[in-house]
Amino acid sequence: MNLNTDNKLNEQQLNSIEKHLLNDFQHGFPLVSRPFKKIADEIGTSEEVVIETLNQLQNDGYVSRVGAVFRANSIGASTLAAMAIPEDELESIAAMVNEYSEVNHNYKREHQYNLWFVLTASDEHTLNAVLDDIEHRSGHDVMYLPMLEDFHIDLGFELDFEHDQKSAARI
Amino acid sequence: MDMKVKYRLPSLPQQAVLDEQDQALITLIQTGLPLTPTPYADLAKQLNIDEKEVIQRIQDLNETKVIKRFGVVVRHHELGYRANAMTVWDIPDETVSELGLCMGQFDFVTLCYRRPRRLPDWPYNLFTMIHGKDRDDVLANIQLLAKRCDLDEIEHKVLFSTRRFKQRGAIYR
Repeated sequence: MNLNTDNKLNEQQLNSIEKHLLNDFQHGFPLVSRPFKKIADEIGTSEEVVIETLNQLQNDGYVSRVGAVFRANSIGASTLAAMAIPEDELESIAAMVNEYSEVNHNYKREHQYNLWFVLTASDEHTLNAVLDDIEHRSGHDVMYLPMLEDFHIDLGFELDFEHDQKSAARI
Repeated sequence: MDMKVKYRLPSLPQQAVLDEQDQALITLIQTGLPLTPTPYADLAKQLNIDEKEVIQRIQDLNETKVIKRFGVVVRHHELGYRANAMTVWDIPDETVSELGLCMGQFDFVTLCYRRPRRLPDWPYNLFTMIHGKDRDDVLANIQLLAKRCDLDEIEHKVLFSTRRFKQRGAIYR
């Protein structure tokens, strides 16, 4: 990732407009002609500042996008997949998996199944073809774990800028 | 190498019915709204429809839950939530919905899905993604979850991520 992950997060460096933009509009983004103007009015600044700040937050990597989070499998097809890869092959196989535009997340995790990635494609056929290709090229099986039921009500994630303690439960 | 047919499911959950205009709109918004004063009008121009229709279609996608959430999508890691653990639970089928709904209410749980077991290698059927500022914070959140949702008897594993090879929004088309 081309991101500065180690330097700047020092939450104190975020100003109050940035904090509002990061926390208050994770869901229910205004569906009106001038949404950034509406946000600006709510947090007491100008439309221009809102747009500029969001651009900056996006460039700095704090914000991935302003837009939709789609429900898994409501459009296209997606699945979680896992592989158990010997440590000395992990680097090269992870890089190979990253090559696929269908792969949007790819993590190393502490388990015998140590490579975990999410694949998303327009349809299940494409998804299967990519999984087969990865198995073929890597010489390792892929465990395929599609979502069956979603229990999460996604209202975003409340960032705790004040304390170093765990975020509060919503219930 | 053999197709791992036993690992494939015959069908995925029901998909929403979307017309071509919806699909074109989704293609445009999946990487984010344009950060301009009139983002919906700008999208409308690209789609050759009017702004009202863009807004109406996004509203409909919200209502039919094709869109789970519409707004600012933050990156946890960059914002100081450096640790995340995929925590997986082996829950009896009879209680998985009840416990899943309980876990899905916590804001530090950013995903809560039931997925198939892959026996004998993989007995876990409920997947939760737990975020925190560091490992201890994540573990404390898991403890809180176990206490609040009565999970003490439930066998689980905590899979911390130790490296991020890739992270971006999904691209469907």
